[in-house]
Amino acid sequence: MNLDLIVSTITQGLIYALVAFGVYITYTILDFPDLSVDGSFPLGAAVTAVLLVQGVNPWAALAAAIAAGILAGLATGVIHVVFHVRNLLAGIITQTALFSINLMVAGASNVPIGRGTDTIFTSGPAALLGDASLSTRRLVVSLVLVVVVKLVLDAYFRTKSGLLLRAVGDNSTLVTALGKNMGNVKILGLALSNGLVALAGGVVCQADKSFTATMGTGQVVFGLASVIIGISLFRKLSFVKGTTAVLVGSILYKACIQAAMQLGFDPFMLKFITAALFLLVLIVSGRKGEEIIHA
Amino acid sequence: MLEVRDITKTYNAGTVTETRLFEHFSLSVEEGQFVSIVGSNGSGKTSLLNIICGSIPVDGGDVLVAGESISRLKDYQRYATMGRVYQNPALGTCPNLTMLENLSLADNKGKSFGLGRGVNKKRIDFYRSELAGLGLGLEDKLHIKMGSLSGGQRQAVALLMATMTPLKFLILDEHTAALDPKTADIIMELTDRVVREKQLTAMMVTHNLRYAVEYGDRILMMSQGHVVMDKAGEEKRNTSMDDILALFNQISLQ
Repeated sequence: MNLDLIVSTITQGLIYALVAFGVYITYTILDFPDLSVDGSFPLGAAVTAVLLVQGVNPWAALAAAIAAGILAGLATGVIHVVFHVRNLLAGIITQTALFSINLMVAGASNVPIGRGTDTIFTSGPAALLGDASLSTRRLVVSLVLVVVVKLVLDAYFRTKSGLLLRAVGDNSTLVTALGKNMGNVKILGLALSNGLVALAGGVVCQADKSFTATMGTGQVVFGLASVIIGISLFRKLSFVKGTTAVLVGSILYKACIQAAMQLGFDPFMLKFITAALFLLVLIVSGRKGEEIIHA
Repeated sequence: MLEVRDITKTYNAGTVTETRLFEHFSLSVEEGQFVSIVGSNGSGKTSLLNIICGSIPVDGGDVLVAGESISRLKDYQRYATMGRVYQNPALGTCPNLTMLENLSLADNKGKSFGLGRGVNKKRIDFYRSELAGLGLGLEDKLHIKMGSLSGGQRQAVALLMATMTPLKFLILDEHTAALDPKTADIIMELTDRVVREKQLTAMMVTHNLRYAVEYGDRILMMSQGHVVMDKAGEEKRNTSMDDILALFNQISLQ
């Protein structure tokens, strides 16, 4: 393995940790297996791509991506809470609808971003990196971004609102007994989660310089795998924060996929390997598929 | 204080298993009264609590607190001024949060859950003294996850949490039924003390006739959606365990 490959794998692991943070909020904290992720990830990318092409500031484009993701999460939340649709189905409905919405936003199934277009890796604070190579810039910017997001999340989980969010997944009866509408708390969590996932989509779009309609496929699986690897790995170390565990899980999972691909598989086998490794993770960590759905 | 007026409740309406539980059922509880409710399975005592709390819908009638109807309020809105301790000790606390986080949540009931600090460090001494009051040695376990405590310890904390903020009404839903006899006695003793100290209006459903006789100042026995015995104050004190047991055996055989 050469150094470039290691740097790019770690960078990917960092960026995709944003997806894993989102899945951590829904799956681990809210106990809600949210499948909207496969739709909100490309939604964030579509919004970002369109805005970048129009010359909008790349950080502003990411803010817009987060806002779009929040709306997607709100949709899933309202479908589940207000219309009493089961959690898995609510996510599937949003995910399916988003496929068309993403195409509508992007205007095409593939939007390339021109070479000269500024991204978060080339402009703004990244300009401080001087004449560092693009791969170094990607690594540094992703690292800073992910660490900032992680710290903000950790701080949020310690607020009253964050405490209530954790309580809903843990024991929703108690939240009702506190005089709070647990439906609203769930909607808030889904909005936050999908906002993060869309942010990830926006960052990936800027790193890969394109939006493709199918880029969301497998993101739920990726997020779940990262969360389960991270949580299982640090289960006995209670002082390690959930977000730290998930961040490490994300990098490890990306590394496993990369290592498997190095064995000489065709690039089109990527999603198969992603799925197969997820199955392996489930078996090893003792959490079977049934528990994922009913947990 | 609390009034249940003219309640009608039918389960499985329009099917062969249709059961009419309550037909124009009424009950009122005075402020500061501690009511014990006993009755066999299916007598309607738990349904009554669920109707008061808004957990199940009714076909007709009204529930009033301090003269105002709460029938239109959703369950979580009703809990704004009500506390409830459940039969299952796991339902009263969050297992994956620490005891301190659990107590902080309960302490913030009625206020907004915004972006302020979840745990107010200035309140820790207060929590410690409240926990010490339980006499279970829990005051040194603030940073332990709730899920690692025993059922009795959890139920004691649940009781503390349910009564931490000012209440109009406390609901005790067979809250000692899942505990071993000795722990159940401790929790019952604590309950009585909390209700007296905070001068709460309370309704306790129990399967333990002894608790119903020994604690509280009013006893209700229910059978098939009707109150078959209702004794308060002096009259209750003069009622022996044997009288209650005799009536209880009679209705259980019906």
